[in-house]
Amino acid sequence: MVRLTINGMARTFDGDEEMPLLWYLRDDLRLTGTRFGCGAGLCGACTVHVDGVAARSCQTPLSALEGKAITTIEGLSPDGSHPVQRAWVEHDVAQCGYCQTGQIMQAASLLARTPNPSDEDIERGMTGNICRCGTYQRIRAAIRTAAQERA
Amino acid sequence: MSAIQNVSRRRFIGGVFSTGAFVLAAQVLPRSAWAQATAVRTGADTAMLNPSVYLGIEPDGTVFIVTHRSEMGTGIRTSLPLVAADELEADWSRVRIEQGIGDMRYGDQNTDGSRSIRDFYVAFRQAGASARAMLLSAAAAQWGVPVSECTASRHEIVHASSGRRLSYGALVPAAAGLSVPEPASLTFKPRSEWRFIGQETSIYDQSDIVTGKAQFGLDVFRDGMVHASIEHPPVLGGTIRSVDDRETLGERGVQQTVRLDTFTPPHLFQPLGGVAVVADSTWAALKGRRTLKVEWNDGPHAVLESDALRQQLIDNVSRPANVKRNLGDVDAEFAKGDTGGTVLEATYVTPMAAHASMEPPAAVAEFRDGRVTLWVPTQNPQAVQDSVAAALGIDRNDVTCHVTLLGGGFGRKSKPDYAAEAAVLSRRLGRPVKVVWTREDDVRFDYYHTTAAVHHRATVDDRGRPTAWLLRSSFPPIASTFVPDARDPMQFELDFGLVDLPFDVPNIRVENAPADAHVRIGWFRAVTNNFHAFAAHSFADEMAKAAGRDEVEFLLDLLGPGRIVDLAPQGVQYENYGAPIDRYPIDTRRLRRVLEIAAERSGWGQRRSGNGWGMGIAAHRSFNSYIASVVEVEVDDRGGVVVPRVEQVADAGVIVNPNRVRAQLEGAAVMAVGLARTGEITASGGRIQQSNFHDFQVARMADAPRQVTVHLVESDALPTGVGEPGVPPVLAALANAIHAATGRRYRELPLARHMRA
Repeated sequence: MVRLTINGMARTFDGDEEMPLLWYLRDDLRLTGTRFGCGAGLCGACTVHVDGVAARSCQTPLSALEGKAITTIEGLSPDGSHPVQRAWVEHDVAQCGYCQTGQIMQAASLLARTPNPSDEDIERGMTGNICRCGTYQRIRAAIRTAAQERA
Repeated sequence: MSAIQNVSRRRFIGGVFSTGAFVLAAQVLPRSAWAQATAVRTGADTAMLNPSVYLGIEPDGTVFIVTHRSEMGTGIRTSLPLVAADELEADWSRVRIEQGIGDMRYGDQNTDGSRSIRDFYVAFRQAGASARAMLLSAAAAQWGVPVSECTASRHEIVHASSGRRLSYGALVPAAAGLSVPEPASLTFKPRSEWRFIGQETSIYDQSDIVTGKAQFGLDVFRDGMVHASIEHPPVLGGTIRSVDDRETLGERGVQQTVRLDTFTPPHLFQPLGGVAVVADSTWAALKGRRTLKVEWNDGPHAVLESDALRQQLIDNVSRPANVKRNLGDVDAEFAKGDTGGTVLEATYVTPMAAHASMEPPAAVAEFRDGRVTLWVPTQNPQAVQDSVAAALGIDRNDVTCHVTLLGGGFGRKSKPDYAAEAAVLSRRLGRPVKVVWTREDDVRFDYYHTTAAVHHRATVDDRGRPTAWLLRSSFPPIASTFVPDARDPMQFELDFGLVDLPFDVPNIRVENAPADAHVRIGWFRAVTNNFHAFAAHSFADEMAKAAGRDEVEFLLDLLGPGRIVDLAPQGVQYENYGAPIDRYPIDTRRLRRVLEIAAERSGWGQRRSGNGWGMGIAAHRSFNSYIASVVEVEVDDRGGVVVPRVEQVADAGVIVNPNRVRAQLEGAAVMAVGLARTGEITASGGRIQQSNFHDFQVARMADAPRQVTVHLVESDALPTGVGEPGVPPVLAALANAIHAATGRRYRELPLARHMRA
């Protein structure tokens, strides 16, 4: 039995605790904004926040989440108004959009810890998140915009 | 030209429009001559009505536009409706976009070949203009005034002299009863009055994407659905020898395993076969596969060894092959030996590559009472219908394919083997089934972008200008996906960047040597252009540098005076990407222009290359569009490469949504740099040796170009595609830049073979 909070709601999980958080979110809770990309922690499409810090949900078993607070893209803001989400819209970052929820969660975590990131900070913070459409320069620009707005 | 019908009282597309709506259906005539060949006919030729556009207005004023092309990131689902909405004078905030299901009445729906805007721009414009004309007529009749006194503006018809206005919604009942104006009578808005075409518009799905609500194929759930993950034969065409599923069946959540037949050749888009693990959840299915033990009979394709194939292709292009284009007499020039000028010769080699879209293949199928409904992230919903129908032995009309958003496509998702798997399993199990491919499945069982060798040989005069040029390529062709053991390319595979070499050279011969395919071949973004253009524009750069001439000045000289290149007299049945050659000619004036603009904008020649810094350039026409790319590189002492900047200049005719066109060209530069650096799939014993993003590396932020700047040429030319053509010139420009920076010429990709790329 695992007790955790997901987007502010208390949950009790009573299944295979080896299951990665990703599949609990997607299959059980239908929070499908967290994406499956590689299943190996290599692409970042499944990024969520665990106690406010970006984590790869495909590599995070339920067994590691007792008492933890999870935030998914659905819980980042009630209406898409988080500064990072707004910056993503302003810069028209998305192409296919599949990886962008993971990118946004990664960027939000980066900015929470590094409010005024340098180019190197952005690169270091984001290079684990793959975008096959190649939207990286807009991601950089959006993160800078979001940082300014938060400042 | 389109034929447009008023279908307000017909029920063509259930569910989208209410019975009171005013609905037009626009049919493109003639249909595109070119569709990437499939063994299965669409049947659209015989359909009574095959409208590519449905545009309707509800009594409340909501405009519905149905798009029949798939959204995989190009923005097409937004851009085509923008074209119709512009002519309609619609308020964009009141436009709703509906995704068309697979239906042969739409005509071709295969969203590939960078041709959605090219082929459907006119139809969407005419649909919008027709609806506007009918709304004008309806309002004029109601007011008893001449139509000429009325204007359409932002969702209203206005009679300026009396100040009367009627909203589009209020005019729906009257307009729905009118006949459609003759296409010849339609008037189009002058460019100065365009409201959306040429303006920046965000994609329709943007808000859903950033909030996680956007629905991709993997996000579909059906009541009672089970999850399946499939262990495929590791070698193409392999069969099951034995299965030990005892441990698998003991896993919590696993329901059963199902053996799937291996296809009968040709493989087409048929399921590969293998063993499916069926479970309550995705996780249980994946876990079940870990303990599944399958032994395989590999079959004949186990002979594939990448190293041997590479050598075979190099050998193939080192000797005479089948002539595909001939101008003048190359042999006569070559026979002159040293007296005919200097001989330059080079062979270029590129590896296999995987598409690796971020969303792996996935599909949901629900079989019930002899019919099947699917939800698929597919570029080609009619191929889903055909492939599923063939796999189940049912009629294609009993297959309904809903098209979800695609988490990337790049060509892979034109091939719906994964949808057929879901359908076969759903019938077998009597329940809805979601098939999920893992990343490992995706990398190991792709339809691969093929490996290739390209040989160039030229004699050059004392200014370095070629007097004779021989081009010869060899690669396992996509034809092998449709015809068993096919070894010769289809014409379009030869067209792309090989036979359509636009340079002004008196003697040109193009040859191709057949090659065996031992994996499924399915083109990657930009198709054979990638290796043909990499080779041709690398070789052109080699010629320029051998002559000690400025590359831009040399390329302009090589292109010669602006002209239309006519390949017909040179023995080529050039298919021109399926576009009529008279309206979309090979126009070297446009190539010259993008080259000149790219040179100017990039500051070409202002800084001296060398000592680890350099710029490279290439200009290439593909998919009827003209792109010049300048790549800037920094190479450190240890061979590490940084790409600070790529300049992309595009002439793609009229630009519908510059916001998305720039995005395509930015992304293409990133993808090309990633492909050139590390994009390599290899095989041994017929088995693919890569499996995930650690060993099939794609561009990450840290190794992508720091900045991609896009310049779009102002043009009134017919709009052409931008999804693919941004890739090929970047591949060559990057190699040319590295040569400029280091003096080292890399003729084989990926660069990781040579340097710390």
